[in-house]
Amino acid sequence: MLNIGAIKEGFVLDHIEAGKAMRIYHDLKLDKLDCTVAIIKNARSAKMGRKDIIKVECPVDYLDLDVLGFIDHNITVNVIKDEEIIEKRQLHLPKKVVGIIKCKNPRCITSIEQGLVHEFLLTDEKKATYRCRYCEEAYRGER
Amino acid sequence: MVLRHLMSPLDLTVEEMDALLSLAGRIEKDPKKYAHVCDGKRLATLFYEPSTRTRLSFEAAMLNLGGTVLGFSSADSSSAAKGESVADTIRVISCYADIAAMRHPKEGAPLVASMHSLIPVINAGDGGHQHPTQTLTDLLTIRELKGGFDGLTIGLCGDLKFGRTVHSLIEALSRYDGLRFKLISPAELKVPSYVKASLKTKGIPYEQSERLDADTMAGLDILYMTRVQKERFFNEDDYIRMKDFYVLDREKLAMAPKDMYILHPLPRVNEISVDVDDDPRAAYFRQARYGVYVRMALIMTLLGIEEPA
Repeated sequence: MLNIGAIKEGFVLDHIEAGKAMRIYHDLKLDKLDCTVAIIKNARSAKMGRKDIIKVECPVDYLDLDVLGFIDHNITVNVIKDEEIIEKRQLHLPKKVVGIIKCKNPRCITSIEQGLVHEFLLTDEKKATYRCRYCEEAYRGER
Repeated sequence: MVLRHLMSPLDLTVEEMDALLSLAGRIEKDPKKYAHVCDGKRLATLFYEPSTRTRLSFEAAMLNLGGTVLGFSSADSSSAAKGESVADTIRVISCYADIAAMRHPKEGAPLVASMHSLIPVINAGDGGHQHPTQTLTDLLTIRELKGGFDGLTIGLCGDLKFGRTVHSLIEALSRYDGLRFKLISPAELKVPSYVKASLKTKGIPYEQSERLDADTMAGLDILYMTRVQKERFFNEDDYIRMKDFYVLDREKLAMAPKDMYILHPLPRVNEISVDVDDDPRAAYFRQARYGVYVRMALIMTLLGIEEPA
């Protein structure tokens, strides 16, 4: 068993679908943070077979975890303080997703306008439908 | 109204829509009264793709109000040809004009402009996405011809799948009470399921039909005809087969109710025969005139101009 030291303050993101950890690493912009990050790939899981885990040592108000709800709301978010789990945070679909996914509609202004950040709005919570803020095309790509 | 832009017909509440249409109605009755309300104001028409009718009706609207116009009518004659962004263009135009109308082939371009603009921006059509002033024109025409919207039976005929004017009109009319729709189209060009789902959710009755005949026209207050657009088809044969699916001619019109008006966003090809033009129920050229009045009302509203006493 691989051992990674306990963290004093931060997050443990558990039950990440195997193979998605690096994407989440980038989407949460962890590469820009000056803190300790451990990525565990393909860990054994009774529930999932294989899973990824990310441990981040940082103040708990440093990360905006909304985007995780868009990528996979089944991820377990453990909030750690003084080496203890103080909260298991429930993920929800965020109202908007900014700068994470791209609009694939070739007729959309985002395909040509320089410096325009791609932005999607949650338009149907039941069906988890996100539409481009500009052309209103539904997002059908990978999450 | 504070500084506002118009991107979609639903940007306006029902009350704002009614106020705008009422103003347009008053302008139609006495246009001279409004001939100088925009003296000294400039409208910029930023047309990145050609559109004679929409551009000229915006220009006519501003000129009728006493204002002036400037702008371009194709991307080639603008700095877009040099690679300038929409955001930069509108920042500059904001220094030259008081209000802008933008048509752009890319969907969402007017919204981007509105985010960077110091002046009100009107979406004058963005690709296949929205064309709110066409919807306002249709609404004003129906309201002026029929005295209101409540309880009307509206027939929509032709390309109901790709025609954005049809989707916007259904959406805007759905906010009024007691309406019914008759949706007449070939099987391949039926209204998208999301439009039908929205009607079902709101409890608005509708019927679908493939034939334009006495049965389907019975009880109609409005028959809104649309053109089957060649550019929507990958296959020339499909286009040729469907373009002649519905032709409203004098013989067919004889079966229609006497108080049913015919509307069309224009241009028409052959879906309304020219021998119908003289019939008092043919209202599509009046509709084009209402398009100017509604744009006059919109310009006044967005510029916050008081109505003259």
